[in-house]
Amino acid sequence: MNDNQRDWEVHPPYSYPPYASTVLRAPAKPLIPIKHSLSELTGPVYGHESLGKYDNDLTKNGIRNGEPLGERIVVSGQVLDQYGRPVRNTLVEIWQANAAGRYIHKVDQHNAPLDPNFFGGGRCVTDNEGNYTFFTIKPGAYPWGNHPNAWRPNHIHFSLFGSNITSRLVTQMYFPGDPLLAYDPIYQGVPEKGRELLISSFDLSLTQPDFALGYRFNIVLRGDKATPFENQ
Amino acid sequence: MSYIQTPSQTVGPYFAYGLSPVQYLYDHSSVATGMVRTPQTQGQPITIVGRVLDGEGKPIPDALIEIWQADAQGNYNPQDSDFKGFGRFGTGPDVHNRFIFQTIKPGAVQGQAPHITVVVFMRGLLVHAYTRLYFSDENTANAQDPVLQTVPSDRIATLIAQRQETGEGIVYQWDIVMQGEGETVFFDV
Ligand SMILES: [Fe+2]
Repeated sequence: MNDNQRDWEVHPPYSYPPYASTVLRAPAKPLIPIKHSLSELTGPVYGHESLGKYDNDLTKNGIRNGEPLGERIVVSGQVLDQYGRPVRNTLVEIWQANAAGRYIHKVDQHNAPLDPNFFGGGRCVTDNEGNYTFFTIKPGAYPWGNHPNAWRPNHIHFSLFGSNITSRLVTQMYFPGDPLLAYDPIYQGVPEKGRELLISSFDLSLTQPDFALGYRFNIVLRGDKATPFENQ
Repeated sequence: MSYIQTPSQTVGPYFAYGLSPVQYLYDHSSVATGMVRTPQTQGQPITIVGRVLDGEGKPIPDALIEIWQADAQGNYNPQDSDFKGFGRFGTGPDVHNRFIFQTIKPGAVQGQAPHITVVVFMRGLLVHAYTRLYFSDENTANAQDPVLQTVPSDRIATLIAQRQETGEGIVYQWDIVMQGEGETVFFDV
């Protein structure tokens, strides 16, 4: 096994019955390993040309007739590979509920208000040190049907590419001190070794005076051993 | 120095306006859609169509499928080409919950049969799944493919898309079965 394989000590398993949707959707047969030399060591590249002006500012990209409601926040962090090298010029996509815990998505039936001035989706590209920054509104918790009185903790969905298709990552960022984390099977599905890595930290240095609180969320993608010095 | 990989989490049910807004008719651009080729792309135009089935054989209406492939010469993401090789399609909008990719048939890559890498995301998958699509009209190449050779012979058929010639051109039909009878082979890549 290569040490840059998916680390199953931190990634959740496919089958995790407390999260009910896994029951009929999780592959039941074991995964078949592909030799590293045969797996794709390439992946799509999306640079700044894929971005619109306010794509990384969710406080602005959905405005119709006023400011979105809720607590403005800055979410920023560094994307590294597992060898500690910055992952430069990689696309970061996010989506989230509004301050009331409602998604704009048409199938979200939660009885909380939509915000006409909040879209909830954004994207940016990491800079030369692998840093990204979003401005957004702190998402609210929302109920879901997994079990009686089930609520998702506040979270922001993240999607990243990294250096090739094997470093692809879709995850969720949580907030420090959220009491719902202890009851959330999606979060708890992560082995204990990995859980803390999904919780952002409050960061006064990211906090913008008179504007928004700052949260830091660093992300580590699988490394690409084939080109160990490409990013240095 | 080594760092612990950030754990995966499910894409959830509400990814559409973030990852595939154009297809789901949200007022935001998409970085990728099911239209992978352009009118200028060289190679055999093909359409890939299929459903994603759960453990009860029901089509899954909230899966997101991504594909990654070489161009007709077997090159990934060539600099001098408009062909990106990446597509993304959610199964919600189609009435039959199909994914539909309009692309070109990839060339063989490094001693492997022509194939497409497929990444599967959905509510209920805490970690995305990787699989591969091979082509039913490439029997000779498929028989020598080093990855297919590692797959139990009675499961290889789950990776072969079936070629059909239709009024709208060449269509490859390929369902992804998450679980149970005929379960698609998923890879640890
Ligand atoms: Fe969510």
